[in-house]
Amino acid sequence: MSLVDRAGTTPSRRSLLTGGLAGGFMLAFQLPLRAANEPVQANDNTEGRFAPNAFIRINHAGRTTLVMPQVEMGQGIYTAVAMILAEELDADYTQVELEHAPPNDKLYANPIFGIQVTGNSNSVRAFWKPLRVAGASARAMLVQAAAQQWQVDPASCSAANGKVIHAASGRTLAYGDLVDAAGTVPMPQNPPLKDPKDFTLIGRPLKRLDTPDKVNGKVVYGIDAMLPGMKFATLAACPVFGGTVGHVDDRAAKAVPGVRQVVVLDDLVAVVGDHMWAARKGLDALIVTWNEGANTRVSSRDIWEDLRAASRKDGVVAKSTGDIAKGLAQGQRVEGEFELPFLAHAAMEPMNCTVHLTQGACEIWTGTQVVTRVQATAAKAAGLPIDKVTVHNHLLGGGFGRRLEADMVASAVRVAQHVDGPIKMVWTREEDIQHDVYRPAYRDTISASLADGRIVAWKYRVTGSSIMARWLPPAFQNGIDIDAVDSAVDMPYDIPNLHVEFVRAEPPAVPTGFWRGVGPNNNVFATECFVDELARKAGADPIAFRSGMLGHNPRLKAALDLVAEKSNWGQPLRARVGRGVSVQPSFGSFIATVVEAEVDEQGEVHLHRVTSAVDTGIAVNPDTIVAQLQGGLIFGLTAALYGEITIDRGRVRQSNFNDYRMLRIDEVPRIDVHLIASTADPGGIGETGATAGPPALRNAIYAATGIALRRLPIDRDALASGKRA
Amino acid sequence: MATLKINGEERTVAAADDTPLLWALRDLLGLTGTKFGCGIAQCGACTVHIDGNPVRSCLLPIGAIGDRAVTTIEGIGATPTGAKVQKAWLELEVIQCGYCQSGQIMSAAALLATTPHPDDSDIDAAMAGNICRCGTYLRIRDAIKRAAGERQS
Repeated sequence: MSLVDRAGTTPSRRSLLTGGLAGGFMLAFQLPLRAANEPVQANDNTEGRFAPNAFIRINHAGRTTLVMPQVEMGQGIYTAVAMILAEELDADYTQVELEHAPPNDKLYANPIFGIQVTGNSNSVRAFWKPLRVAGASARAMLVQAAAQQWQVDPASCSAANGKVIHAASGRTLAYGDLVDAAGTVPMPQNPPLKDPKDFTLIGRPLKRLDTPDKVNGKVVYGIDAMLPGMKFATLAACPVFGGTVGHVDDRAAKAVPGVRQVVVLDDLVAVVGDHMWAARKGLDALIVTWNEGANTRVSSRDIWEDLRAASRKDGVVAKSTGDIAKGLAQGQRVEGEFELPFLAHAAMEPMNCTVHLTQGACEIWTGTQVVTRVQATAAKAAGLPIDKVTVHNHLLGGGFGRRLEADMVASAVRVAQHVDGPIKMVWTREEDIQHDVYRPAYRDTISASLADGRIVAWKYRVTGSSIMARWLPPAFQNGIDIDAVDSAVDMPYDIPNLHVEFVRAEPPAVPTGFWRGVGPNNNVFATECFVDELARKAGADPIAFRSGMLGHNPRLKAALDLVAEKSNWGQPLRARVGRGVSVQPSFGSFIATVVEAEVDEQGEVHLHRVTSAVDTGIAVNPDTIVAQLQGGLIFGLTAALYGEITIDRGRVRQSNFNDYRMLRIDEVPRIDVHLIASTADPGGIGETGATAGPPALRNAIYAATGIALRRLPIDRDALASGKRA
Repeated sequence: MATLKINGEERTVAAADDTPLLWALRDLLGLTGTKFGCGIAQCGACTVHIDGNPVRSCLLPIGAIGDRAVTTIEGIGATPTGAKVQKAWLELEVIQCGYCQSGQIMSAAALLATTPHPDDSDIDAAMAGNICRCGTYLRIRDAIKRAAGERQS
């Protein structure tokens, strides 16, 4: 079901954009969905349990099961969701059990997207209110049931740790004993929510609920699904994007011990065997002649030339305030262009999908960020009605946006159609890297003018792929992709003349998709790098320069002040060591980051220290937030230092971790994250570090060397000693 | 066909001798705690112990193991060092997605078995072969020190 169907209305460009001005993607995309402010009811009290809504089940034994609408891919959302529900439910948090939500957009849609999606760092933002209401209404029903039994006023009762308490008489009833009675109590319309000062769980660094089984091999990811009689498969698609299978000689492959079958489809070949090694050896032994098609002429060089040419044209105006022409005519005019490369996701758990097709039904085991899309994709590939497809979602071995796609499911189902019995299809790392859905290459062009030490005009043009046009068409209206301009239209500085444009420029052949940090990854980078250059032009300290333009953004200014103090900003450093700063209002959180780095004589960059100050509103689980910042910063710094997918003759040149490098433990510096206490509603956090790291690193390099890099990944040749900007 | 000693039990694997231990464990013995990450010994997700030494099982043929003892993540908790590492991992809440953590824990346990009080350079040397895409490295370092009985940095 698409977002438009569900909402019954297409968001107007005006509502998207005016919302966007107010606070980025979150507000930009808030649709008038019922689920946004109240839990969808699933008053299913069968099987002797109390199930007042889609998220809570309590049985007679008092066992409380919480159903997780968002998927766990390491970001800690299972723990956060459980904490929010248990807080308002007054459940015994230490005893709750968690369940993956089944595919069901009616019950478990992300209120911001209208479908079941975990992404855009909005799980807590989207579900904060609905989960609190769900917990509070269930609690109110249990209290009502107890009060009826005791024949007392419900207002004289309280609840804690899975029990209703009547203090005046010293009586208690466990939730399990109230299951039947509570099921007959009418659902309260507006159950009172706790005053945040009364929270007993939210705000505490509670232990994660998903980690104990992750230290002993018990956890089951999608790739670990095992079924009786299962066969194992691996595949190769044409190395050239869009190419097809020509001729296949499978004689040697079929001679490999353990190989059972070779499946040849239009666009891929798969080998099925008794185990993955047999399948892999069989695949290596397969002699495939590909019809490579027209894309053999596609190369990174040409893609960049096209992108640069496109970026010189006017774009669609996403925001314009003041008078940009007049503003640019004032003071000192400065121009900059920034380029970010294609990136692969490289989640540690390679793409995989287990399929069992039987007569008239399909069962899927995988880990996905879009479980209903997986269901619909499997149904379409199998030619079955959606209700004949069962999807078993799993914990994800990393998502980062890659598992917002369902292409791997379609491929696995199509192969399974030729195989008797269940198959587990696992992508080799090489296939995973070379047939990803890539973070788009972007080019950002900026014209700004400086007067009296301030930016008086800012003309910013994003040029690149529109992911939304493919992935969520209502978010691409009249030529504007609201994700591609996120953190550009709502950039944080007070600038009287601001103008933001988007130029949609799709690369030939290369599929593009979301990557941790999404639109802000690009826009925060270009904005913060260029602001540093402008500070230098103005002769100002980078933090003082920013601070002077954050008058309307006190939360971000406070974060900046704190990071200045905590990072020892301004204290002397030795030659070729620099500190760089970045700020961002992205994902509803206000974050300032300082990276300290050294550039050696060979141009190699060494990370010394990273400091972030974070105001994310109410911190549901502060320990998870610190961990997400640390990990996100490393994710972003990895890309800044090493990440680039390049295309040659229509194929991806990189293939595995030897040539698509990751930061390792010996390269990672101390990272200090300082949370700022806040009573505001929670912001998003999962992607913020990925966005924060690269511009702060680049600005540290700028401070250390005077060289203003304008492209990622960093160019070590340009940084070798003797070179100066 | 090979007979292997895995976590103290004799297990027979019906596969050719060149089959990497990783796939024998995962696909033929159902020990899915050991993870596939790259297949070329670049990421460390498949790390197991052979006679206590950390080895990348994605490149180790089952025919080359002989009667040496194989220990996997499913069995490491039975060793005092392994149990200490698992405990420290949970106490310091190291884990995010967790997919690489079987390998991280196996590498850390092997390090502590030979170097009970590792310094930062020991940790770098022992752990640099294990990639974590979630970026849990700082807590891995602290948890190794915690497991070694030292205060975390």
